[in-house]
Amino acid sequence: MKLNRYFLAAPFALLVLVLALSSCEQRDAAEETPSFLNRALNSDPDSLDPQRARSTQSADVIRDLGEGLLGYAADGELVAASAESWTVSEDGLLYTFTLRDGLRWSNGEPVTAEHFVFALRRLVNPETAAFYAEQISVVVNAAAITAGDMPVESLGAEALDARTLQLRVEQPTPVFLYLLTHPSTFPVNPEVLQQHGDDFTDPENYVSNGAYRLESREIGSVITLTRNKYYWNAANVAIERVRHHVVADEMSEINRYRAGELDMTSTVPTAYFEQAKIDFPDELRVAPTLAVYYYGFNMTQPPFADNPALRQALSMAVDRDQLVNKVTARGELPAYSWVPPGVDNYTPPEFAYSNLTQEERNEMAQSLYRQAGYSESNPLRVELRYNTSDVHRRIATAVTAMWSDVLGVETQLIGEEFRVLLQNIREGEITQVFRSSWTGDYTDAVTFLGIMAPGATWNLTGYDSEEYGELIAQAAAQTDMQARRLYLEEAERVLLRDHSVVPLYFYVSKQLVSPRVLGREDNPLNYHYSQYLSLVDTEE
Amino acid sequence: MLRYTLGRLLGAIPTVLLVIALSFVLVRAAPGGPFDAERAVSDVVEKNLRAHFNLDAALHVQFVDYLGNVLQGDFGPSFRYADQTVSELIAGSFPTTLLIGGMSLLLALLIGVSAGITAALRPNTLTDRLVMTLAMSGISIPVFVIAPVLVLVFAVKLNWFPAGWSSTSDASRLVLPIVSLALPQIAYFARLSRASLIDVLNSDFIRTARAQGLSRASIIRHHALKPAMLPIVSYLGPAVATVLAGSVVVEEIFSVPGVGQYFIRGALNRDYTLVLGIVIFYAVLIIVANLIVDLVYRWLDPRIRQH
Repeated sequence: MKLNRYFLAAPFALLVLVLALSSCEQRDAAEETPSFLNRALNSDPDSLDPQRARSTQSADVIRDLGEGLLGYAADGELVAASAESWTVSEDGLLYTFTLRDGLRWSNGEPVTAEHFVFALRRLVNPETAAFYAEQISVVVNAAAITAGDMPVESLGAEALDARTLQLRVEQPTPVFLYLLTHPSTFPVNPEVLQQHGDDFTDPENYVSNGAYRLESREIGSVITLTRNKYYWNAANVAIERVRHHVVADEMSEINRYRAGELDMTSTVPTAYFEQAKIDFPDELRVAPTLAVYYYGFNMTQPPFADNPALRQALSMAVDRDQLVNKVTARGELPAYSWVPPGVDNYTPPEFAYSNLTQEERNEMAQSLYRQAGYSESNPLRVELRYNTSDVHRRIATAVTAMWSDVLGVETQLIGEEFRVLLQNIREGEITQVFRSSWTGDYTDAVTFLGIMAPGATWNLTGYDSEEYGELIAQAAAQTDMQARRLYLEEAERVLLRDHSVVPLYFYVSKQLVSPRVLGREDNPLNYHYSQYLSLVDTEE
Repeated sequence: MLRYTLGRLLGAIPTVLLVIALSFVLVRAAPGGPFDAERAVSDVVEKNLRAHFNLDAALHVQFVDYLGNVLQGDFGPSFRYADQTVSELIAGSFPTTLLIGGMSLLLALLIGVSAGITAALRPNTLTDRLVMTLAMSGISIPVFVIAPVLVLVFAVKLNWFPAGWSSTSDASRLVLPIVSLALPQIAYFARLSRASLIDVLNSDFIRTARAQGLSRASIIRHHALKPAMLPIVSYLGPAVATVLAGSVVVEEIFSVPGVGQYFIRGALNRDYTLVLGIVIFYAVLIIVANLIVDLVYRWLDPRIRQH
């Protein structure tokens, strides 16, 4: 029986051989050094090209690599970044930025105002086909250029000299400075782009102007950054190297964190949340973010078009406390307004019914339901669509039960693949109630309120209120921040009165952060620039 | 043999064309488009994107353009991943899939077949039962259960191997994905080879060999093993396909940057070019794998050669 022994030993010998051979390709042992930050991205960044990138994961990496005129501090405060200072003309239409002295690219060449102009033109250029082309549509001629009606040179962006940049906007825009923190407005080096074309994002060609430079990139796996010694604030960047690991599976992130392979996770899955409180009480960070989870009504079709009483009844019958405490249960805040708390210079008004108890709300909902022409013998039959996922399904099931208990509504749950749902919402033909969410771009109320204006791209319900649109337009025309605030708050009151959406809860960010990471602060945008972090050695 | 091979390759051309045409239409027929997102783009931006990716041309023009590019080996730009072309994405991720898939198949083949032979040589003994029970559990427990358990034990608790691909650049990162992928295959090979060898050992020519006084070891080595391997070889074709395309779960759990992940994400993102590129690539690969299997089959079995 020699044969058998041979057969059994062979695979192991082979495995050992291959392992030995492939370990020859081992690159370096620097992964062990304490100044190496390992953080997780929950999906593969689609691009490191500031103007072409789409996903939030790309933005997370690009915020480490590049820098715009303005940026955010660790606590989420808007701060000067590549711009040292700026002035705004009396009429609010002309912004003049002065760049910091001695700004350099990671190849040592100077960063000039011309490079910012180049990037902004590239962003709005229809040939770039940038996803975020309309990020700066308030800049003079930007929209016309993107539509292909004007040459890119006509963009209201001009470099007066190497350090002075002028941007002209078409109307006073109080949030303009926030817009300039977005990675799509980050400069790119025209010479590098010209030299390498589409390959300029390859690690050997990539040139950045932020705290880090691109060291290497294993597609779909890990992006390694090294400190950029030419960065103006390099002296205050503590961590020498950062690795952004792509970990698509949420539970794998947790396992890798537990195995000590990650210092920061991107999220904590619902299934593990309770256990995380026990396993890592001091490492679990939960904080409110600027994002709302909502159900939208299709305002263009029966039964919800022209039926505010019915919409209000469904909104009131949802016990949001139950929802956040029993169903989502990760510290979310129940939503009684559209704009989440935490935006600057704004106090969200709440639903008129928010000071009632749930019992009182239910009674009122029942009378509204009858008023809308429905009853036990003639119940509302409605379809609720959501993109298939465990959390969405559980929330939809709970809401369905509440509607059924309080009003007797017969709800059919329809889980759809994400892009199928998006198409159905966009067409607005067969959808009745749908699940969606909105994440704010900056800490100003208009990032939430603007999307519900008539005809706005992100107005998914088809809500078409002249009164609301007028208030939003009025707010946009104000240069006085106090007056603007009053218009915006009034607009939200109108929005809440009309019940085109049922805000259910405000999201929270959930992260595990190793005790060896210092300097991470909660902030509503959930941005955590690596340059603000530092590492301590906790091994001993 | 050469004529046979050439004939098979020529015969594969219509198959590949059909695969291209079908997937080209099917991927576009899926509801939702590549530029749909919770953060929808405006009509102007969508128009620019469609122009950029040649989606504004008529469907048959798009198809002819695409086919022309594919014939030159160019799968086009990915709709989602702006930094790499589809060819670059496949070229970058396939070696990883091949390494893991190939190693796990090899491991499965060697362990599975030896276990199967061991069991077949002692039919209905304790050894046989043990091997077959293990094999049965290997088939029954799905990868998405085995893999996390391996991670918990060997990565989180024992810290022998990394839990994720990118945590190290040495070969230890290969072990858990390879083992997870190999386990169910080991079971298949074990059952197949046991059944096959028992079958062969009961056939007439073995009885003849025994009657001629050959030793048992010699009979098994020289007469029984080769014909017993036939079903294994025919299973290799589908096994290669399973291991190469079916490693998505393992890639996901261990964050392995393989083709499988791009296939799934491509489909979910409606990244038409990426999905098409991978489908065509796999179609060709599987056709070639099947051809190789058939060639080996002809070499093993003289009866097939004559036809």
